Amino acid sequence: MDNNSLSVEEILQSKRLLKRKKRMLLAFTMPLLIFVFITFISPIATMLYRSVYHPTVSQLIPLSLAELNTWDEAGDQLPNSQALKQFAIELQGLSKERLSGKLAEEINRLKPGSSSLIKSSARKLKKKSLEELQQNGDTLLLGYSKKWQDINLWRAMKRAGQAFTDSYYLTTFDLKRNAAGEIEQRDTQIYLKLYWKSLKIALIITFLTALLAYPLAYYLANAPSKIANRLMVLVLLPFWTSLLVRTTSWIAILQTNGVVNSTLQALGLIDEPFEMLYTQFATVIAMTHILLPFMILPLYSVMKNIDPSYFRAALSLGARPVPAFVKIYLPMTIPGVSAGALLVFIISIGYYITPAIVGGTEGQMISNIIAFHMQSSNNWELAAALGSLLLALIIALYWLYDRFVGVNNIKLG
Amino acid sequence: MKRLLSVIALASACSIANAEQLTAVSFGGAYGAAQQKHMLDPFMKETGHKILFENYSGGIAEIKAQVESGNILWDVIDVEVIDLERACSEGLLEVIDHDSLPPGDDGVPAAKDFSEAALANECGVGNIVWTVLFAYNNDTIKGGQPSSIADFFDTKTYPGKRALRKRPQVNMEWALIADGVPKEQVYEVLETDEGQARAFAKLATIADDIVWFDSWSQAPQLLNDGGAVMVQSANGRIFDAIQSEGKPFEMVWDAHLYDLDVWAIVKGTKKKDLAMEFIRFATSSKPLSGMPEVAYGPTRNSSYAYVDKAVIPKLPSSHLDEGLKASGEFWADYGESLGEKFNEWLLK
Repeated sequence: MDNNSLSVEEILQSKRLLKRKKRMLLAFTMPLLIFVFITFISPIATMLYRSVYHPTVSQLIPLSLAELNTWDEAGDQLPNSQALKQFAIELQGLSKERLSGKLAEEINRLKPGSSSLIKSSARKLKKKSLEELQQNGDTLLLGYSKKWQDINLWRAMKRAGQAFTDSYYLTTFDLKRNAAGEIEQRDTQIYLKLYWKSLKIALIITFLTALLAYPLAYYLANAPSKIANRLMVLVLLPFWTSLLVRTTSWIAILQTNGVVNSTLQALGLIDEPFEMLYTQFATVIAMTHILLPFMILPLYSVMKNIDPSYFRAALSLGARPVPAFVKIYLPMTIPGVSAGALLVFIISIGYYITPAIVGGTEGQMISNIIAFHMQSSNNWELAAALGSLLLALIIALYWLYDRFVGVNNIKLG
Repeated sequence: MKRLLSVIALASACSIANAEQLTAVSFGGAYGAAQQKHMLDPFMKETGHKILFENYSGGIAEIKAQVESGNILWDVIDVEVIDLERACSEGLLEVIDHDSLPPGDDGVPAAKDFSEAALANECGVGNIVWTVLFAYNNDTIKGGQPSSIADFFDTKTYPGKRALRKRPQVNMEWALIADGVPKEQVYEVLETDEGQARAFAKLATIADDIVWFDSWSQAPQLLNDGGAVMVQSANGRIFDAIQSEGKPFEMVWDAHLYDLDVWAIVKGTKKKDLAMEFIRFATSSKPLSGMPEVAYGPTRNSSYAYVDKAVIPKLPSSHLDEGLKASGEFWADYGESLGEKFNEWLLK
């Protein structure tokens, strides 16, 4: 008999205890999980859903859309009179409920110029009786404006009526569907260019911050602690200062008659002031400054934990300083560089405030266009599609990073 | 328990007191200050209600967000007609009973006292006539004194930066007029693809000399600190800078684009009655007559009796012949598509 083994009773008891412990731990993390779900997962899910599901038109004119479903949109005939009558009736109903503007805005998005047509026709239909519309709503409608005879308008209406749509994603790739339903290039080519530009700016900023932060972090990590602490305050002080303050101070520095230009002019180095504000240069330099602490801090904490004796050992064994640094020291700082680069890159690709303030038109990034569609054009679906694509882009880059560098290599401290 | 009850009682008492508080939103600057002085302060003094006054920079996105989420934070808003048309037809604003507006101080009924455009939309009551014009700084301008919109586009004779608000509105109209399109035909031309291309081509001729800004408050600033020698601006901002700060600015009235600002009520507000009471007060003869202090013309005839005669030539209403009425209808139709083309053009 091995009297060290546990009895069945004891095993069960320990399992119960373990289970209870696990439940307790889960209960402790529950608030965080719920918080993350409410503030992070569900908004992203809503955004993804919104970018493909757009039921407004199908809810506003369901009966007309049912009629339009039987209509051959690829042909050159208008929808039949029954469909037109049905539309006149529904438009009148919308006008009475003050919803015709909503329909007008949606159709106008696919067919610019139709907003005023729909609204003015709705106003005129408002006064007609239902019997009148049932009898000759179609001729009334066509009589209001020649524009109602434009087949493209009805095609736009049918397309806008699809509750689930890929059109917003097509737009983000600068594509659209033509009358026959085939995918083709849009007249305006804007979004792909912007994604590319944002990517480029983010990479430049990441590179610049790494270049500036590496020697500084090295110095901080190896300096006597009295000096290092003082210098650290200089790194942290701007980090604690309001983002808006730091960004606007760049305006004072970069503007035509700002600090840089007047200094250069006073020294007689230049005759005409440089144009620096409201350019891509301004976006890059201001964002590099603002994101610098995000690179310095992880680098510093990693370097601080590197035992200097390795490097000294390499030197004492006869290695020259540069190869020793590249072979011994640099690889050990990679986790810090990765962490900093990933942080800076992800923050900068979605940056919004700084480019909006100092970037002018040249220094705009994709996030500024997303904000434009949220705030000015009210095209929230397109904003959602653009945002989803940005999210996909970041996830893809993260995956690439994991494959080639390894996420386990990240070290924040 | 008793204590809890008293806390609840206190809280509800507070919310009853708060019920008499209204939130109004407008554009700030000298205009907002004049509204505070002539509309809000007298109203609060007379009725005892409290009004919170906030700034925004136009557009209807924030209103849409509030109405759609059912979380109404703004009760009364000051909107441009360009936005009013769209907000009203999308059901973001309450319908206003124009019959309940008080007659003018001279006894003329409201329907006749107001200008026609002021009551044209069922969701708003016209407040002021304002305009977008260009102004230059006498200290920094070179090559003479610009007098027409063509001069604005003439960077050879008048070198230097021009500041424009970053949106297609006004800029497209100006480009066409400067390119020789008669004012009356501007919107007709701008509806066509060729017309739009023509406007962009004209803008492109000065593209390198344009500084873009986002908010009207930046216009006098840019003119003052040398960021631009000519700026597009709401007329009142320049007027105020000249009048109260003695800036050496000059306004040019050629091809100015005038429009109305209106008071409107956000749909679904719980304080509709109080909001309406405020609008009735704010658009009566006397409060409106204070607006010319910042060079915005009142929309009521009877208000002019109180206006300083010296200011009248500075009002947009004295320069209607030189200008053009901004078309809310056109921009409701083409605002979005032109906005996109405009952004694309900017990226080139």
